[in-house]
Amino acid sequence: MTSRSVDAALWYLGRGSGVVSLALLTLVVGLGIVTRSGRTLPGLPRFAVSAVHRSASLLAVTFLVVHIVTLTLDPQSQLRWLDAVIPFGSHFKPLWIGLGALSLDLMIALTVTSLLRQRIGRRVWRTIHWAAYALWPFAMLHSIGSGTDARRMWMVWFMVACAVAVIGILGWRVSPDFLDDRDRVAGTKLPAPRALEMTRGGR
Amino acid sequence: MTRLRIDWTACDGRGLCAELVPELIERDEWGFPLISDAAVPPGVLVHARRAVAACPRLALSLQAENA
Ligand code: HEM
Ligand code: SF4
Repeated sequence: MTSRSVDAALWYLGRGSGVVSLALLTLVVGLGIVTRSGRTLPGLPRFAVSAVHRSASLLAVTFLVVHIVTLTLDPQSQLRWLDAVIPFGSHFKPLWIGLGALSLDLMIALTVTSLLRQRIGRRVWRTIHWAAYALWPFAMLHSIGSGTDARRMWMVWFMVACAVAVIGILGWRVSPDFLDDRDRVAGTKLPAPRALEMTRGGR
Repeated sequence: MTRLRIDWTACDGRGLCAELVPELIERDEWGFPLISDAAVPPGVLVHARRAVAACPRLALSLQAENA
């Protein structure tokens, strides 16, 4: 292969793995929210929803690594290694590349804390896990601002589809009957009074 | 021997554990786990460990006791 075709291959792989990462992140956010709801999905019991959430996020990390390695090796992208982790220092599109670096940093933080969940405890893990809601918009803005393909029709439709999915599931996340706790006093762990009366009556 | 233990201040009745260790955990009518007091049989230990790792609230643990 000539070095030009190597460069072209790196560039295609870099873009493709970026698109796949965005798709996986969208899936991960959706499945995280379903995990939180305490509900099942068709064909997926609760433990499976949470297991796929975990596996999909590890897969997303893998694609992010490919994305970054290929694009730092590709001379045309003018990206330095440090630009991938330290936000806003890049010479080329500092804001948009910086949002990508910020997403990567959050992704590392979310993954490492999640893998060490038993060690660091629920409070710390859960607090850090809220950063997921910043990660997705950062990654989306990064895709819009730095992607070569961002103006292609298929990419526009793909991004619109991801955005519609996330906005839809966020709407459900903040809706009143999001949690699977019908028989409890809203927002608490207490059994609903009606249900309590029934048990008392039964005594 | 080893028993399953639930931290009731943490558990909020998601029921993943009952799916993973049906041998020892049922759900009550509000979704909270009803957990068997019995020692975890050796064959179930793998499932029990998996449930401990999967609990979204880190409310489930395995406790070794000397009987
Ligand atoms: C090894 C990796 C991961 C593990 C083991 C994991 C585990 C979990 C668990 C157990 C929950 C449920 C929390 C609860 O029910 O209170 C959750 C929720 C969630 N996760 Fe992850 N997670 C991982 C990575 C990620 C990543 C990388 C993202 C970022 C895109 C993410 C986004 C979310 C979201 C958006 C929620 C819902 C939060 C809420 O509104 O309550 N997770 N995750
Ligand atoms: S999985 Fe955890 S939070 Fe859910 S019911 Fe079992 S112990 Fe409680």
